[in-house]
Amino acid sequence: MKLNELRVGGKAVVEGLQTEGPMRRRLQDIGIVEGTEIECVGRSPGGDPAAYFIKGAVIALRDEDSRGVLLKEDTEVKNE
Amino acid sequence: MNNCEEKPKVIALAGNPNVGKSTVFNSLTGMHQHTGNWPGKTVASARGLCGGGRYELVDTPGAYSLSSRSPEEEIARDFICFGKSQAVIVVCDATCLERNLNLVLQTRELGYRTLVCVNLMDEAKKKGIELNLPELSECLGVPVIGITAKNKSSRKKVLKALDELMCSPENKEKTVPYPNELECSVSRMMQQAERLCRYKLNPRWLCLRLLEGEKELLEKIDIFLHGRLSCAGELLKLAECERERLGALGIDDEKIRDMLAESIVKESERISAGVIKFNKDTYTKKDRALDRLLTGRLVGYPVMLLLLALTFYITIVGANYPSDMLAKLLFGLEDEIRAFFSWLRMPEFLSCLLVDGVYRVLAWVVSVMLPPMAIFFPLFTLLEDAGYLPRVAYNLDNAFHKCKACGKQALTMCMGFGCNAAGVIGCRIINSPRERLLAILTNSFVPCNGRFPMLIAVISMFFVIGCGKYSAFASALMLTLFIVLSVILSLGATKLLSCTALKGEPSSFILEMPPYRTPRVGQVLIRSIFDRTLFVLGRAAAVAAPAGAILYLCANISIGGESIISICAGALDPLGRFMGLDGVILLAFILALPANEIVLPIIIMIYSAGSSIIEPGTLEEIRALLIQNGWGIKTALCFLLFALFHWPCSTTLLSIKKETGSTKWAALSALLPTAAGIIICALVSCLFKIMGI
Repeated sequence: MKLNELRVGGKAVVEGLQTEGPMRRRLQDIGIVEGTEIECVGRSPGGDPAAYFIKGAVIALRDEDSRGVLLKEDTEVKNE
Repeated sequence: MNNCEEKPKVIALAGNPNVGKSTVFNSLTGMHQHTGNWPGKTVASARGLCGGGRYELVDTPGAYSLSSRSPEEEIARDFICFGKSQAVIVVCDATCLERNLNLVLQTRELGYRTLVCVNLMDEAKKKGIELNLPELSECLGVPVIGITAKNKSSRKKVLKALDELMCSPENKEKTVPYPNELECSVSRMMQQAERLCRYKLNPRWLCLRLLEGEKELLEKIDIFLHGRLSCAGELLKLAECERERLGALGIDDEKIRDMLAESIVKESERISAGVIKFNKDTYTKKDRALDRLLTGRLVGYPVMLLLLALTFYITIVGANYPSDMLAKLLFGLEDEIRAFFSWLRMPEFLSCLLVDGVYRVLAWVVSVMLPPMAIFFPLFTLLEDAGYLPRVAYNLDNAFHKCKACGKQALTMCMGFGCNAAGVIGCRIINSPRERLLAILTNSFVPCNGRFPMLIAVISMFFVIGCGKYSAFASALMLTLFIVLSVILSLGATKLLSCTALKGEPSSFILEMPPYRTPRVGQVLIRSIFDRTLFVLGRAAAVAAPAGAILYLCANISIGGESIISICAGALDPLGRFMGLDGVILLAFILALPANEIVLPIIIMIYSAGSSIIEPGTLEEIRALLIQNGWGIKTALCFLLFALFHWPCSTTLLSIKKETGSTKWAALSALLPTAAGIIICALVSCLFKIMGI
């Protein structure tokens, strides 16, 4: 599963990154590496981008960027 | 503390975006860098002395790491790495310390004296986060202090820690452990690297950068080492060998960078696990609820419009009374001043020039422009301080994405509401050069604070007559519509540019949405009135005074029986009429190039030179004067539209030229809104003609 497919309220653990170059660096900088837990906390009124709770901060990512984050299949937990 | 050196020691202030670096900077230096609750507020380095001149503090733009490259992150990286600072203070956000540790660990690798200031301790406490700072200091091997930068007591604490830091020996050798393969390569290169660096640079850091192989950074290191790196053939050869060896093991460039980045994230995770205790969820219920309201699927947009309208409503209602009062007061003083001048036996001509020219234009600037500004700016700053602006960017990103632009353009657009020049400079937060240019060129489509008062004045004079006690409400609504129009046109221009001159695909977009903070009302009021409003007013007045004098001269010196003003206005009249305006209005917009605040005062000045109404002071009197000079609904509407869409003021143009490094782009940025304005005004004027009004 990819990060952009995570439903609002869902949590999952990162498996790896499928994007190259500067974007890969940026995602790593904000703490998205293998093993990081991410929660999708909302979608903007236009549907894209979505907001994610990552390592104590809320960060907005566009779908075309979050598509590059691979999640571990069996880790998704529906919140509340 | 006794420091025998006279020259202040240079201290770099580093940190992630939006952790309060500027607040720490201000509290230490007593300066007033603008602060706000959104990432990317600081786009250039500011410098200031503190500790009685012992230290020179340099505030750098926020950066998540020392490896990313947006222009403002590069400024930060270059200064932290090569700025020859004697120490680095890394400011961290206590509410998301783990991520902040990335930058701390990277900075520590540089080997400079490092002090970690964990800011926002009060917020962390509220969120139930417990931090064991002594333990953190032990783990990091550098001193750590906890502060709440907005409190005065933190200032002493930081200074004391800084004094201790400067007296202590260099950092204890603590390093991030990297995977074995990399560590082997580093240890093989160390000897060579040590010889090259000789205390100027940390050799381990250099080895890692050589393995990483980022060309641009290596070039900068070479310059920093006075070209010794490019001459160090042996070390470079060794690095190349190691990279090849790693490549043979299946560890290519990309993988090396991954390993470096991941090791640092893992190390931060390891350290945080022993230091941070969460008693509650950090993304609190309150923040979640606010986000659902302010960025919700159904309510996000309506709430945004409502907040905008409310801001305008308060501005209009609040400005009404003081505006009239100031007008009466200032124009009441006119006779006194005239009497005073004649008591001085000043020549009649000079006293008329000073009173009818300079003083009147100044009085109009103050009475018409000051009250709305003094209310709008603080309100806007309150929203900014609370953390709402990044939510606006989040809400609007979809639209910007469709125009192939960056969502952060919404942030720079919001800054444009305050001041277009500031908005243009703020565009540095946008990473991709193409998207940055888009944001710069379309920034002046949104009206700045200098244009709001004339919009408000004309709307309330011409469009809400007959609304009775709801007139302020109607004005606010109408102004909101105009703002929405300006945002739509700004988007349209962006789209147009990204389909023509600036073709390209949108790049990535990462926007941090900071926790909501209760705005510091008192501080916001003081700062926005003294630092911003009075500054802008001062600039307007500085332009208005000479403009008043020149106008007076032009209105009273005649060539062939006609004053210079009426010759100029006459020449512009056909174009003006074509756009539903007149020559005088166009002339006023041209003369107000240095500051938009003086458009309306100039118009009043020119009209009243040939008018029976001697002293139009209050809005009522101004309205009568305008009507007497042929203003109607059409003129007012076209005026509003042209006020929204015309060339940016000279300050903004200069900023654009500086930021883009080209006169051509600056010219285009003037051409775009002007063309839009002329076309729209002409269309509206035509429409009125067809309808026969």
